[in-house]
Amino acid sequence: MTDNGNGYLVGSNLEKVLRAGHFAVTAELGPPQSADREVIRRKASMLKNYCDAVNITDNQTAIVRMSSIGSGALVVQEGLEPIIQMTCRDRNRLAIQSDLLAAYALGMRNLLCLTGDHQSFGNHPTAKNVYDIDSIQLLQIVTGMRDQHVFQSGEPFKGPEPRFFVGAAASPFADPIEFRPYRLAKKVKAGANFIQTQLVYDVESFAKFMEKVRALGLHEKTYILAGVGPLKSPAMARYMKENVPGILVPETIIQRMEQAGAAWAGKKKDELTKDDKKARSSAWQAEGIQICVELIQQIRAIKGVAGVHIMAIEWEEAVKPIVEGAGLGVRPVFEAMN
Amino acid sequence: MIIAEQKSLAEIKTLIGDHQKVLVVGCGTCVTVCFAGGAREAAILAASLRMATKLEGNGRQVSDVTVQRQCEWEYLDQISEQVKEADLLLSIGCGIGVQAIAERFPEKWVVPGLNTSFLGIPSEQGVWAERCAACGDCILGLTGGICPIARCSKSLLNGPCGGSENGHCEVNPDIPCAWQLIYDRLTSMGKLDMLLEIQAPKNWGKSRDGGPRKIIREDLRLAAEEE
Repeated sequence: MTDNGNGYLVGSNLEKVLRAGHFAVTAELGPPQSADREVIRRKASMLKNYCDAVNITDNQTAIVRMSSIGSGALVVQEGLEPIIQMTCRDRNRLAIQSDLLAAYALGMRNLLCLTGDHQSFGNHPTAKNVYDIDSIQLLQIVTGMRDQHVFQSGEPFKGPEPRFFVGAAASPFADPIEFRPYRLAKKVKAGANFIQTQLVYDVESFAKFMEKVRALGLHEKTYILAGVGPLKSPAMARYMKENVPGILVPETIIQRMEQAGAAWAGKKKDELTKDDKKARSSAWQAEGIQICVELIQQIRAIKGVAGVHIMAIEWEEAVKPIVEGAGLGVRPVFEAMN
Repeated sequence: MIIAEQKSLAEIKTLIGDHQKVLVVGCGTCVTVCFAGGAREAAILAASLRMATKLEGNGRQVSDVTVQRQCEWEYLDQISEQVKEADLLLSIGCGIGVQAIAERFPEKWVVPGLNTSFLGIPSEQGVWAERCAACGDCILGLTGGICPIARCSKSLLNGPCGGSENGHCEVNPDIPCAWQLIYDRLTSMGKLDMLLEIQAPKNWGKSRDGGPRKIIREDLRLAAEEE
């Protein structure tokens, strides 16, 4: 594998944090469903100093939003390091490679390769999907451009290559569950420098997954960041448990969320005032954040976990208390390099 | 085989418009087997249209005929007399049949009575399921005879994605996850190591993405010339 002439593969902040052995923190920034750059600024200012890099989602759940790379360019201007998400749903291999050349030229240094949510979930379900390539092939294409200086076609190119610290997702509890460590191995073989997992609420099951990952030696070849996220309500916890593939939410966590709202339980909708609902919501959110903090502390103790990826979807404000609560509030600072 | 289903009567009536002499043309092959466009369906559709005509009182004449295969010239030639009498041909063959009729009888207006759906199999009584996407570069030898191009919602070559749950696809619980099926099959055959190989990006140029396709068999062309 080539390096960047500075001892690093790429030299992104995320790479430096991980290479130095710090427990990394990444977060997520969802671009707006509009052309409003202020949303990006506001969210970036909330996340800056509380994470080492921030994922910029790519039309997540197949809903049209400001593009990941465009938003990423704005995030770079705010002094926060983006992790560009790139899915295979909307672009073929030509568009993906061309967009990545631009992303690098615009200053982006981290990339997360995803297959992408199916368009039937989003706000344009009658769209044609692409899926010219899949996430594993995308990893190979990106590392091919970086390390071999070739496009997917095998054609070499002149001039600077796009150098990305490249990541992939892993879903430890999706079916077929026995195959999941091997699929992760395929992603590592394809060149994944880091991994961000699906949301973990069941630490015991995740520890078992990590046991298999360690047996395959994968934790020594890639940096594994466990996905965590604060729950907003007991209903959200139940929804995820029952409807989102690959998310296990233990009953104890759901009960804790219910307990947090116990003061308002058993009352009918019209018996609750606006203030009641607000207070209940705050109580739930506080408990959701507390559970997230505890999850991070438990996950941190698992061998082979290099960091956490905090997914506070449309709730970026939660990242600061989570990171501080977990004792990760002081993020390592490295001198910027080009 | 090719699986199709009939359009709604309302849409068919719109397609017929003001035409007065309608010939419903059925096909005796795939669409007969999937109960969409055979002789029986042609007769029923013609009767339904006649009934509608009676109610609307517009004096339209509707008859029907079924050929063995709409996609071959020799069978279409057998109905040239009936075609001459009609001013609109309503094909309930697949999309290939509709186009063959348009090509063979260029002076006639032809409309489709079916939506051609997919290449598939009658998986149980009254149920048809997609099996092949005609991608032009078969990979079933790598996947235990289960096609991820046709049967995975994302056509993944290195599946399964994170949306596989309890054997079904997250897109719809009625869709079995193709990669779960592949995983189970390769496990039962002791060939799971095949799944550890990374499959390279597919050559979609052999699929429809390469433009309309054609196969030319010079050996058969020469044989025909010699006859």
